[in-house]
Amino acid sequence: MTFKHSFTTALKGVGTHKSRSALTILGIVIGITSIILIMSLGQGAQDLILNQIQGMGSKTIVVIPGREPKGPSDAAQVFSDSLKERDLEALKRKTNVPTLGAIMPLVFGGDTGIYGGETYRLTIFGSTDLIAKIFDIAVSEGSFFTEEDVKGRADVVVIGSKVKEELFGSGEALGKKIKIKNRSLRVVGVLAKKGQVSFFNFDEAALIPYTTAQQYIFGIKYFHRFIVEAEEEAMIAQTVGDIERTLRNEHDITNPEKDDFFVETQADLAARLSTVTDVLTLFLVSVAAISLVVGGIGIMNIMLVSVTERTREIGLRKALGATDGNILTQFLLEAIMLTGVGGAIGIMLGGAFSFAASVVLTRVFELAWVFTLPFSAVAIGVAVATGVGLVFGIYPARQASRKSPMEALRYE
Amino acid sequence: MNLIAVSNLTKSYFGDDVETPVLRGVSFEIARGEFAAIMGPSGSGKSTLLHILGFLDAATGGEYRFDGKTMDDYSPDEIARVRNEKMGFVFQAFNLLPRATVLENVKLPLLYSTVKESEWNGRAMKAIEAVGLGHRAHYRASQLSGGEKQRVAIARALVNDPQIIFADEPTGNLDSKSGQQVMEILQKLNEEGHTIILITHETYTAQNAQRIIKILDGKVESDEVVNHRRAANHFIK
Ligand SMILES: Nc1ncnc2c1ncn2[C@@H]1O[C@H](COP(=O)(O)OP(=O)(O)OP(=O)(O)O)[C@@H](O)[C@H]1O
Ligand SMILES: [Mg+2]
Repeated sequence: MTFKHSFTTALKGVGTHKSRSALTILGIVIGITSIILIMSLGQGAQDLILNQIQGMGSKTIVVIPGREPKGPSDAAQVFSDSLKERDLEALKRKTNVPTLGAIMPLVFGGDTGIYGGETYRLTIFGSTDLIAKIFDIAVSEGSFFTEEDVKGRADVVVIGSKVKEELFGSGEALGKKIKIKNRSLRVVGVLAKKGQVSFFNFDEAALIPYTTAQQYIFGIKYFHRFIVEAEEEAMIAQTVGDIERTLRNEHDITNPEKDDFFVETQADLAARLSTVTDVLTLFLVSVAAISLVVGGIGIMNIMLVSVTERTREIGLRKALGATDGNILTQFLLEAIMLTGVGGAIGIMLGGAFSFAASVVLTRVFELAWVFTLPFSAVAIGVAVATGVGLVFGIYPARQASRKSPMEALRYE
Repeated sequence: MNLIAVSNLTKSYFGDDVETPVLRGVSFEIARGEFAAIMGPSGSGKSTLLHILGFLDAATGGEYRFDGKTMDDYSPDEIARVRNEKMGFVFQAFNLLPRATVLENVKLPLLYSTVKESEWNGRAMKAIEAVGLGHRAHYRASQLSGGEKQRVAIARALVNDPQIIFADEPTGNLDSKSGQQVMEILQKLNEEGHTIILITHETYTAQNAQRIIKILDGKVESDEVVNHRRAANHFIK
């Protein structure tokens, strides 16, 4: 018997019981739909995050205090106060890091902003005026604070559009004073609406000179980050090397294993985040895979019923010359066809849901989300669906092929 | 060498450690081109015997040779091949695929054969016409009358041009008129050279055969020639 005829025979077998076949594959459809949906959304989320990081500029280098985290659960809180004013001065020196284009210290934290009777939970960034350039943000009213403000620890603040809305409503904000940690800060600028940049939402932020933030708001003498821009993208590696050497020198570190800081480039960050989303996607896919096992057992169950119901047909086919192998192939192909069709439907549904989700995410949540249906997801969907058919179809198919033709013919 | 040689054949069913003997030593031979009827009361083991003759079941003891060979001489796949090429089966319950058309039902044995696909339709149509159902070829099996169904089953048994046709009470579910039509077709097939073994418990149906073997309590009770009409030798398959 040729494969073509095994195939058409199986096709007729499946087609004879359309509504039952449809119900049988439901579990597979749901399983594959979830897998495709998860993989597609996972890829979309990854692309989104990577795009936002790239929004920070590919020449950007971040210096972070503390030991470099060695795994996802390593909190790296040791030496978290290791970046000091002295380090900033050292890094600024051209002799130490000749390819450094710009450097901006950063301190940040959350606190409540008060104006009149209104309060709002702010994200506070203490930095220099370079923050506008590095994060590509602009004011819609007023202006940024100046270098003079930084030097003089001026009590000035630039607020995000959401902050303005919450504290001042439609009223004027410029020149008004908001209270943070009992310190009155004069609003000198309001940021244009921007949404999420990298991990920060500047609409909900208050930007103040880092000197003011260190002294009056956070009460600390160290920095949470140095944001460095290399002069050219091609000089990143060299810049990183110079930064590390300078800081080790400043901190009297000879063994790089003992570093109390670490340097992260945008490429590093992208790679780390990809790992996180990959792990998350894998985890969710494994959860969805459980539904496939359930679906597979459903298939096996129905195939066993089908084999029993069609005992006489099996006996007849054997009497007419079908070999055990012919019967095995027929029933196995039926199972694979069912799961294959289930898989195909699941891929289409998963793709459709993911597309719908991308529309909602872009329209309603205003994210720069791009719909992607990774080829790997489709390939996995097809492979897993047929695999489930093969694994869960083999037992019923064997049962069918082993029936004695005489017993099968006598079966009522 | 006779086509069928049964000697001292026994068959018991074993269920729950209890042995139920059904055939207790049956012996006979059937020559090529013969038309033999096997008769006996219900439960006497006629179907059991036919299943053994058709290589659908193995005997418990004794020996059965088909065309000189026993079932043990073949592998399972070769047995399937023998059933496919040399034997045709007609059952009391028709055993058609109800949703398939007449043509598809008749083509079923070809599916498992080595016959080229280009010949399938021609062969199947020839068999369907031989049983007088050319005008019903594209009907679904479930749309046919009982007599028509049984003629389709005969066409299916015929399509691979087998040496022998086993028919287990082919008229059992039919009225006497369609029963008679079926018997006429079997007669004609016998005249064209097919060996036929017919199981029946109706005496008038058995009269179509040349020879009647009566089974009682698992043994041959009588074996007599009732009719000397035979297929001309050069036709015999
Ligand atoms: N699989 C089986 N297991 C146990 N006993 C069986 C089995 N198949 C048949 N028998 C028994 O064997 C005996 C003969 O059955 P068989 O079907 O050969 O009779 P039969 O002569 O064809 O009868 P009928 O004319 O009613 O068709 C019966 O008593 C039946 O109960
Ligand atoms: Mg019987």
